[in-house]
Amino acid sequence: MVELCDLTVHQLSDLIKNKKIGVVELTKTVIDRIKKADEKIASYITVLEEDAIKQSEKIQDKINKKNANSPLAGIPMALADNICTKGIKTTCASKMLENFIPPYSATVYDSLLSEDVVLIGKLNMDEFSMGSLTENSYYKPCKNPWNTDRVAGGSNGGGAAVAAGLTGFALASDTGGSIRQPASFCGVVALKPTYGLVSRYGLIASASSLEQIGPITKDVTDCALVLNAIQGHDKRDSTSIKVGYTDYTSALVDDIKGMVIGIPKEYITQEVEPEVKNAVLNAVKILTNLGAKCEEFSLPIAKYAALAYYIISSAEASSNLARYDGVKYGYRAKEYRDLLDLYIKSRSEGFGKEVKKRIILGTFVLSSGYYDKYYKKALKVRTLINEAFIKAFNKYDAIIGPTVPRTAYKTGEKPKESIINIDDMYTVSANIAGLPSMSIPCGMDKNGLPIGLQLVGKPFRESNLLKLAYTFEQNTDFHKRRARI
Amino acid sequence: MKLTKDTIEHIAELARLDLTDNEKEELVFEMEKVISHFDKLGELDTLYVKATEHIIPLKNVFREDEVENSFNREKMLKNTSKKEDGCFKVPKILE
Repeated sequence: MVELCDLTVHQLSDLIKNKKIGVVELTKTVIDRIKKADEKIASYITVLEEDAIKQSEKIQDKINKKNANSPLAGIPMALADNICTKGIKTTCASKMLENFIPPYSATVYDSLLSEDVVLIGKLNMDEFSMGSLTENSYYKPCKNPWNTDRVAGGSNGGGAAVAAGLTGFALASDTGGSIRQPASFCGVVALKPTYGLVSRYGLIASASSLEQIGPITKDVTDCALVLNAIQGHDKRDSTSIKVGYTDYTSALVDDIKGMVIGIPKEYITQEVEPEVKNAVLNAVKILTNLGAKCEEFSLPIAKYAALAYYIISSAEASSNLARYDGVKYGYRAKEYRDLLDLYIKSRSEGFGKEVKKRIILGTFVLSSGYYDKYYKKALKVRTLINEAFIKAFNKYDAIIGPTVPRTAYKTGEKPKESIINIDDMYTVSANIAGLPSMSIPCGMDKNGLPIGLQLVGKPFRESNLLKLAYTFEQNTDFHKRRARI
Repeated sequence: MKLTKDTIEHIAELARLDLTDNEKEELVFEMEKVISHFDKLGELDTLYVKATEHIIPLKNVFREDEVENSFNREKMLKNTSKKEDGCFKVPKILE
């Protein structure tokens, strides 16, 4: 028998509409599953049992009175714990914000509440999103539901929670791959929108010029439904852009005839695990058979993207995290001599080791004597990366490759260097150039771990990516597999 | 590039962080490695390339200067552990 938790958002939505299941029943089923399964994978920091059931009762009532027409009405949702939720603890998985209860909500959360979504809980993450394995949480490391000896990816537990059926969908921020990489490791779908499509108001800032909030879902249709709800200009985010409303479900068409797709040679080198490379090349074959024209091209700047990314993201994070001074909110040291000592003690006791490292690195590249050599240089390389993509998109509708050159790491098997993870090379370019990018499942390795295919598109052409992903999905079965936990 | 403990101490001071001796040593070692990676960007000729701080060429975003409801003072003070008379409390900075 198919379990409720294995169903997609659109399947659940149909069941709710046709009165086959009640919203309260669905919420309780998901919470029961969390109680049973989440101790094995630790994808949540906070689970909101009482609030979620209360909310579900209200929504069911609205549905009965035909006042809730959104396809997301009654659907369970999880938010990364760096998205502010009014009255609900938002910790960034840090001791610094252990007791922080935001007095306001992020715009994306408000938007989804107005669609009658049920918030189930707040997701685990790497402290202040710093890391790529969700092992660097102040609370507990997150595990992969496909195999709990493996990491779930990061910087958040969204991929794990969605893959394990512990929520209908998840929302998290993507600074350098933080929703696409866990989606790849956990066999689900993620979409990082074009920079400026989705409001960042109420997202606790880390690297402001790189991050966007996007959905993690079980399939492409769900992704379009969630993107419909969260898109749009927000006067409270001066970097959100005024583009008209797009109905992304109209992109869900099984037809890519004539689409031109580029595969950077640099994305399918020796460094990519053979099984991942085969799965990606197999996906290229499938897309070609479906009528797309696929060809390899050279994107030599790609290998510098991770370096520029680490400089820019650390610099911006060091500046954003300067706000934690122990005064207005966040951790305050118990004893201090004077104001400066209050700052230093609160920050040194409140931040974890990895966060301190990034702050030091970011402060270093911005400091006098090194600013031009590192920070400014990285911004110039950013220009080169952007230009290379603009040039490529003159020819191609989409650029594809592996999301990550490998499947999920074993737990504790950290990348060789703790600050720089060179495996991020494939995902970070889309953040540097502000481009929309998806990860969709495209295979399994011999250990039964999912492999992700990454698609990158032109600015504000999410529809193109969704069409490509949807067509791939309709003609393959990878998205139907469910982790058994 | 060779990093010293002095450099790390100077940077930590700028970042308002207090590091243990162990942390400092670890950072000297790790940062040297990371920075030697960063130095690879030197392979790219960027002499005449403009810097991109932000991917969207945004100019100042203005709005009408109108009075709007702001946050409730008590609610904004809820997240601090030290307050007095509706204000955040910090150590004395003037004698």
